[in-house]
Amino acid sequence: MDLVANNLSYKPDDQYHLNEVSFNFKEGNLYTILGRTLSGKTTLLKTIAGLLTPDSGEIEFDGKNFLKVPVWERNVAMVYQQFINYPHLNVYENIAFPLKQRKMDQSIINDKVMDALKSVGLLGYEKRKIQELSGGQQQRVSLARSLVKNAKILLLDEPLVNLDYKLREQLREEFKNLFSKGLADETILIYSTTDPRETMELNGEVIVLDEGKVLQVGSAKEIFENPNSLKVAEISNDPPMNIIEAKISDNNIKFEGINLEAPQHLSKLTEDGLKIGLRSSDIELNENGQEFEVELAEISGSETLLHLKRGDTKIIVSIEEVLNFKIHDKVKINFKIDRAYAFNADGKLAASPFGGLNGQN
Amino acid sequence: MNKLYIFLKYFFIVVWTVFVVAPFLWALTTSFKDFQSVNGGVTYIPWVDFEPNLEGWKVLIKSPAKGGVDIIEPYFNSLFVTCTASLISIILGTLSAYALSRYTFKAGFVKNNDITFFFISQRIMPPIVLSIPFFLFLSSINLLDSLTGLIVVYIVLLMPIAVWIMVDFFNKVPREIDETALIDGCNPYQAFLKVVLPNSIPGLIVAGMFCIIFGWIDFFFAFILTFTEVQLLPVKIVALNSSVTPWWSLSASALVSVAPLIIVAFIVERYLSKGNLSGAIK
Repeated sequence: MDLVANNLSYKPDDQYHLNEVSFNFKEGNLYTILGRTLSGKTTLLKTIAGLLTPDSGEIEFDGKNFLKVPVWERNVAMVYQQFINYPHLNVYENIAFPLKQRKMDQSIINDKVMDALKSVGLLGYEKRKIQELSGGQQQRVSLARSLVKNAKILLLDEPLVNLDYKLREQLREEFKNLFSKGLADETILIYSTTDPRETMELNGEVIVLDEGKVLQVGSAKEIFENPNSLKVAEISNDPPMNIIEAKISDNNIKFEGINLEAPQHLSKLTEDGLKIGLRSSDIELNENGQEFEVELAEISGSETLLHLKRGDTKIIVSIEEVLNFKIHDKVKINFKIDRAYAFNADGKLAASPFGGLNGQN
Repeated sequence: MNKLYIFLKYFFIVVWTVFVVAPFLWALTTSFKDFQSVNGGVTYIPWVDFEPNLEGWKVLIKSPAKGGVDIIEPYFNSLFVTCTASLISIILGTLSAYALSRYTFKAGFVKNNDITFFFISQRIMPPIVLSIPFFLFLSSINLLDSLTGLIVVYIVLLMPIAVWIMVDFFNKVPREIDETALIDGCNPYQAFLKVVLPNSIPGLIVAGMFCIIFGWIDFFFAFILTFTEVQLLPVKIVALNSSVTPWWSLSASALVSVAPLIIVAFIVERYLSKGNLSGAIK
């Protein structure tokens, strides 16, 4: 049972929330929608759920016109980024709600609710009020409520974004387990996120969305290795990929008075307006490297993010340890230039260390 | 500093309590007095300062033929009109408020906020402006001097309060809760009844309280739109006054008329102290 969309557009005001979005989702698969805030992720999920009607375009599910099916008959489940539960019901009643709505047998409901509670690790919390739970627990309840339905389509709209760091890591791990257990061979799982790391970890098919438009579709690995444009490179990396305006001539990459020998995949490029993309993790501190000035140093978890500057060029370097820097310190860095990407003046991928080219991946 | 604070705190509590309770005590003692005790200087303590009697209370239930005023029928008229009008106002008002909160209406330049304002604007006008249209309207449909006519008028007056309170309340209930209910298999009516409404009980209570209070204390429209067939309590109480002010029966009727509001307040207070009014929606 496939979920197929053709040219979905939704434009409630001056801006497109969805712009000619098409996809073909197959059952038993996990799809990740990656995009910045306001890129149209929630709109897309709500359209699939039936909460929004697109201005134009079609959605088909199992060969039937899905747009004609009202929300309450679609058999979808959705977890919101805010922890949405029914505040007037306790944990058990919350999870049982969709089943009661289907007029299921009380004993079956009981079994299913207990199973769902177990799978999200909330056994023993049945009688609690929703307001007595922590954010993470509330989100687990809403996850359990969507699991218990055995919905054909499960929509997860940035389910981890409002949780604190530790809980996020923990729940992400649990998600992975739940999904890989083969949640169901017949479920289509759609997960939206702003976090590239989440996308990579979940390792499903990725749809990169920006301003309501699909920029690239591919496996997590493909998106990581061959982002087809500057925008995708920015969206699919956190911190965003460093973009350096450089000139390539005589087998050399030149910028800000720095001369780097061009690796093989970049050496043939000669056109003007090239931009070199290099991940923050592909730059390292090195005594014999180029000198940059520290603009800002932030410690994030167990790594240090260095914001560096030289002339007009600003870059971010991530270092896998906690280090202290002062603003205006001089540091020397080395570029792993063989891992550099090149984008042409239109922002399209011109060369990639993994060999992919625009349109060919 | 700390002692001064405690002193001031209790001082103001005591002053305020006296301020609130004194009129009640005054009305309560006065209702058991006779002409002599009322006019005979400061007397507060029954059996010491004056001999209590039930004359003031008896007047309220005696028929006019025996020199009483018989407020029993007007009392139940008032209860009936207030409760019916409040109930209908709450039902209609809640439905309108939900629609105004969740759906977008547009007719030319008129949008949701304008419609909400239209409801509230009914209460901005001084009642006297409304009295003549109401009078003509009721007389044209033959409902002057009837309970039904009063209920119709009170719905017009009370529904804006319900709409106003409930629109604000529904706006604070996240839309995602309705959406989740739809996704979980409710049609829009079930989503409203099973999910939105149970989470709006605090708002319903507040709106209901306001409706009951405003309906119960209205004198103006009850006075203008009824004559002999039907009478409401506030009108009857005013009729008690004659050349000699009967303070004792006036006090008794004041206590009787304020009783339902006190009962409502107690019930709501119980509900409040259980913490049910807060924290329903995070």
